[in-house]
Amino acid sequence: MSDPATSREVRSGGWTGAVRRYAVRTLPPEKLLPDTQPAYMASWIYVFGVLTVSALVVVVATGCLLALEGPGWWHVSSVGKYVNSLHLWSVELFMFFMVIHLWGKFFMAAWRGRRAMTWMTGAVCFLASVGAAFTGYLTQQNFDSQWISGQAKDGLNAVGIGAWFNVLDFGQMLMWHIVLLPLALGGLTGLHVLLVRRRGIVPPIDATVPTPGAVEGRL
Amino acid sequence: MAMAAASAERVLAAPVDLNHTGHYVHWGVVQISVANLVVVGLMVLVFVAAVLLPFPKGRGRR
Ligand code: HEM
Repeated sequence: MSDPATSREVRSGGWTGAVRRYAVRTLPPEKLLPDTQPAYMASWIYVFGVLTVSALVVVVATGCLLALEGPGWWHVSSVGKYVNSLHLWSVELFMFFMVIHLWGKFFMAAWRGRRAMTWMTGAVCFLASVGAAFTGYLTQQNFDSQWISGQAKDGLNAVGIGAWFNVLDFGQMLMWHIVLLPLALGGLTGLHVLLVRRRGIVPPIDATVPTPGAVEGRL
Repeated sequence: MAMAAASAERVLAAPVDLNHTGHYVHWGVVQISVANLVVVGLMVLVFVAAVLLPFPKGRGRR
């Protein structure tokens, strides 16, 4: 029944127009940056997702500082050691907050109401974080990292991926730690938060029957 | 001067001496360092606090 002139106008714009229409349809501005939230969100447990994001921002920022100056700086100078410590302790907080966030979402069954992808991207974030922390320990260049990689190589060889993911190859582990895993974690976290925005915060278990996400279509 | 530096170092030193092997708890097949056990305990505590403590009412919120 649509007016041919209007539909041609709506469909114009090539792939950029199509992407824009998709983006606006799935994440309209009032969903992307809401200014109100349901009353049931007034609980400390909802703060742990954003605490995790904040810790991750500090992790990435201090990691960039370390990359800027190199190991001759972070192992020797006092400012370098300080930034190195900021990097380690923000990771400790990141893991701490993420685990409490995970427990919270588990006990409120936050995958209800078409939020399975939110849960799954979160779970993969957790796995990627474990990998990032592991490769980080391998880049300490001390006896600890030597011992960890010596132990890990046996496990990884036993599952058959040791030849490709070689924990004794310092260069490869450094690249995983500072390029691949941060990119994966950053992308997954972005997707995770956009999915939360899209579906809205999950209602408490006894409050309402879970309703499908208000916006049609799948991501 | 040297004395001041030494006492400053004592103040700034880690509250736990990290220059020896860690302490471990053994419980059947479970083996965990005391440090990790403390972290797990703290996470449980913070989780319970986050669930039980009332959330402050924001200004201008209904
Ligand atoms: C890189 C790590 C992670 C970051 C930065 C992160 C961030 C966030 C943020 C900011 C929110 C919205 C606010 C909130 O409810 O706390 C959220 C919601 C959520 N997270 Fe995570 N998260 C991470 C890991 C995880 C993990 C490991 C899981 C579980 C396996 C998970 C499951 C969820 C679920 C299901 C929601 C939706 C809650 C709802 O709809 O009410 N997240 N996350």
